[in-house]
Amino acid sequence: MNSLQVFKKVPKITYFRIGSFVVALLFIAAIILLSSGSPFQVAAGMWNGAFGSNDRIARVISTLCPLLLAACGLIFTFTAGLYNLGIEGQITAGAIGSTLVLRIIPEGFPPAIAIILAIFAGIGGGGLWGLLAGLLNIYGKVSEIFAGLGMNFMAQGLALYLVFGPWKRSGVASMSGTEPFSDALSLPTVGNTDFSPIALAIATFALIVTAIVIKATYFGLKLKAVGNNLRAAYVLGIPAIAQMLSSFVICGALAGIAGSLQVVAVFHRLIPNISSNLGFLALLVVMLVNYNPFLILPIAFLFSSLNVGSLELPLSLSLDSSLSGIIQGALLLFAILGEGLAKLSKE
Amino acid sequence: MKVELSHIYKSFGSVHANHDISMTVEAGNVYGILGENGAGKSTLSKILSGFITKDSGKILLNEIEVDIKTPADAICAGIGMLHQDPLDFPSLSVLDNFMAGRSALSKSRSRGRIKTNRTDLARELQQLSGVFGFDLHPRDRLSMLTVGERQQLEILRLLSLGVQTLILDEPTTGISASQKTALFKAVQQLAADGKSIIFVSHKLEDVEELCDRLMVMRQGKVIGDAEVKGRDSAELASSLVEMMFGRELALPAKREVNVEQMEPALVINELQIEGDRLSLQLDKLTVQAGEVIGLAGLEGNGQQLLLLACAGLLKPKSGKICINDVDMTNRAYRNFLKAGISYLPADRLQDGLIRGLSIHEHFMLRQPNSKSKAEIFINWGDTRKFAQDAIATFNIRGKSSTKVEKLSGGNQQRTQISLLPDYLSLLLMEQPTRGLDIESTLWIWKQMMERCEKGMMILFISSDLDEILQYSDRILVFCGGKVSQPIDAKTLTVDKLGQAIGGKFE
Repeated sequence: MNSLQVFKKVPKITYFRIGSFVVALLFIAAIILLSSGSPFQVAAGMWNGAFGSNDRIARVISTLCPLLLAACGLIFTFTAGLYNLGIEGQITAGAIGSTLVLRIIPEGFPPAIAIILAIFAGIGGGGLWGLLAGLLNIYGKVSEIFAGLGMNFMAQGLALYLVFGPWKRSGVASMSGTEPFSDALSLPTVGNTDFSPIALAIATFALIVTAIVIKATYFGLKLKAVGNNLRAAYVLGIPAIAQMLSSFVICGALAGIAGSLQVVAVFHRLIPNISSNLGFLALLVVMLVNYNPFLILPIAFLFSSLNVGSLELPLSLSLDSSLSGIIQGALLLFAILGEGLAKLSKE
Repeated sequence: MKVELSHIYKSFGSVHANHDISMTVEAGNVYGILGENGAGKSTLSKILSGFITKDSGKILLNEIEVDIKTPADAICAGIGMLHQDPLDFPSLSVLDNFMAGRSALSKSRSRGRIKTNRTDLARELQQLSGVFGFDLHPRDRLSMLTVGERQQLEILRLLSLGVQTLILDEPTTGISASQKTALFKAVQQLAADGKSIIFVSHKLEDVEELCDRLMVMRQGKVIGDAEVKGRDSAELASSLVEMMFGRELALPAKREVNVEQMEPALVINELQIEGDRLSLQLDKLTVQAGEVIGLAGLEGNGQQLLLLACAGLLKPKSGKICINDVDMTNRAYRNFLKAGISYLPADRLQDGLIRGLSIHEHFMLRQPNSKSKAEIFINWGDTRKFAQDAIATFNIRGKSSTKVEKLSGGNQQRTQISLLPDYLSLLLMEQPTRGLDIESTLWIWKQMMERCEKGMMILFISSDLDEILQYSDRILVFCGGKVSQPIDAKTLTVDKLGQAIGGKFE
């Protein structure tokens, strides 16, 4: 009798969460078996790919930084009840802004100030892209999903045009991007690796500020109110439109910093696919953390490890590196499915 | 087809939407279900048409018990429902809409057929429209049709599916007078063919005109039923109104307020408001500080438009609203809030409170508007004490961390009231005590009366006539977008008011 009561105290949803995680792992294992690999070898291979050397750990962290920034931005729009699929375009727009600044500063300009200016230009570019999506959504009555996707194409097109047009390398225009910037215009890294302490500091700072704003300020609370019931929030006197627009701009600005980091810390130039799909990956992260800013760090770390770890798979196990996408997608799908089933069983 | 419902129960959470409902509709009869919004009529018709499942009870068709779980089950059993807002496909053609849902009939004609025969069906549609004198063209796009024509098409569609019992849910809302005549003619023709018709409405005149028998529902229960044919219409109307609105409360003596001494605080001139389905015209209304104005009428006759316009949530087409000598017409909603105007919506969880937020968080949302405007960070400790004080003062049964959707209706309403600013010049309330127990009702009005003594005006809508008579100083009666002269509440009785609401004011 007593043991039964203890058993009852664990909320049902916990079982569904654990269950869905186990099912997701089984599903992933099945996929690996189907592509004639061994799940255990893959796990070992990915672990090795992500943490096998200092260089690889550094790469995990340099992927983590923009991912954290984009996820922080998305927490704002999600809290306001908006599915900002325009995050990719906002990252790209930030990268374009940063590249623009770095290209036009005169020779001999102090590099530290140039980089700071470039990051602010990234904030401006991303924020502008976010604002445009917000204006389309609120005043143009376009669903924020389609407004965002449309703005993604615009940013992508602009990046392609710049890389192949005005900003092309002298002589050759190619997908490999614009002329790389000098080393002085890059964020300093540790040793020969990709790890930039400044990028990590920026991302960590953004994460802390995000958690504070969402959890402890009136702004965050109002955002939550608008996201949960727009009409009632308006009736209660909350400036709903201003709140929604600012969430778009804040999200765009944070994504813009992510884009800047891609330019000044990772690629050192503008490439057509500068966002590297980190925006969409950040969407997966935020859906998994379920509006809770404190969970962003572990989940984002897991995802960037999976991303980097899978890069080694083609070499070591001759499996396609897109496996990491399958793993991330499966984790998310089964997590959502678990929540849905938990809800269904309650009714 | 004879339809029999026996002891139907259905609850949504703690709300009893249908409580022990039994009724019998004979073949060839038009049976009315009358009641205010929220009385449980829609729930009952949705149970019969398979949109929701009953908790318990029996449905018998021609004396045989049936189990209806989905709309397709209902169609197969011969029950079709015409919804209040047409459930059709506006981007498709009339013929496509006519053909929609035929696979539900898999038991009979179209089984095993993949390709539908459009020509045959177009002919069937035209022939059916001919029978009822409808003017429908198979190739027209549905979005070009009026609501009335879409209803006609839906009726024909249901008939072609072999429906023997037709449920009409508020079918006369939003259609023209001539379409209403055509609809009633068609309904009578169907009844003459032996079909049974269930007619759900809150409009007395429609029910009187069309139905053979009817029952009245209130708060999920059957209040009574009546024969309609051959009754004197005035006598019938007053007995129906009494059943619909009820008179249960033992009421305290009416308060005495001397309003003549106070200044006019709300002045409305030549107001015209366009709603979705009707427009409201109000020539002049002057309200004194401290006065309570009851807005009476069947739902959807323009009361809500006036309330929303006064709250600043709806822009009038023309006319003027002045509050305390300030012209508020066409000003932004925040200016209305600043002027001390608040709105308490009827649908508390939809328009008033925010699902997922606690009582405490609701107080925090109010807070920055008053004293601590410049604050950025929330001081959870201090504000929790504030919320707990309010919970004690307003006698809310919940904790400060309780999410509002977990509260009962009465406590949600208490929370809404506790969120009102301390000083208000005008309060607009919609169904302030709907679904509340007597204790909460009396408590809420006591709070309101205390505020009125300090000069607050109230405009309120209620479907409870006793409530309107008890607490209003003057009453406006709404009918079809027209508004009566303000009537002194002392000169009215429930019967007189009921007749006025039934459209019989001068």
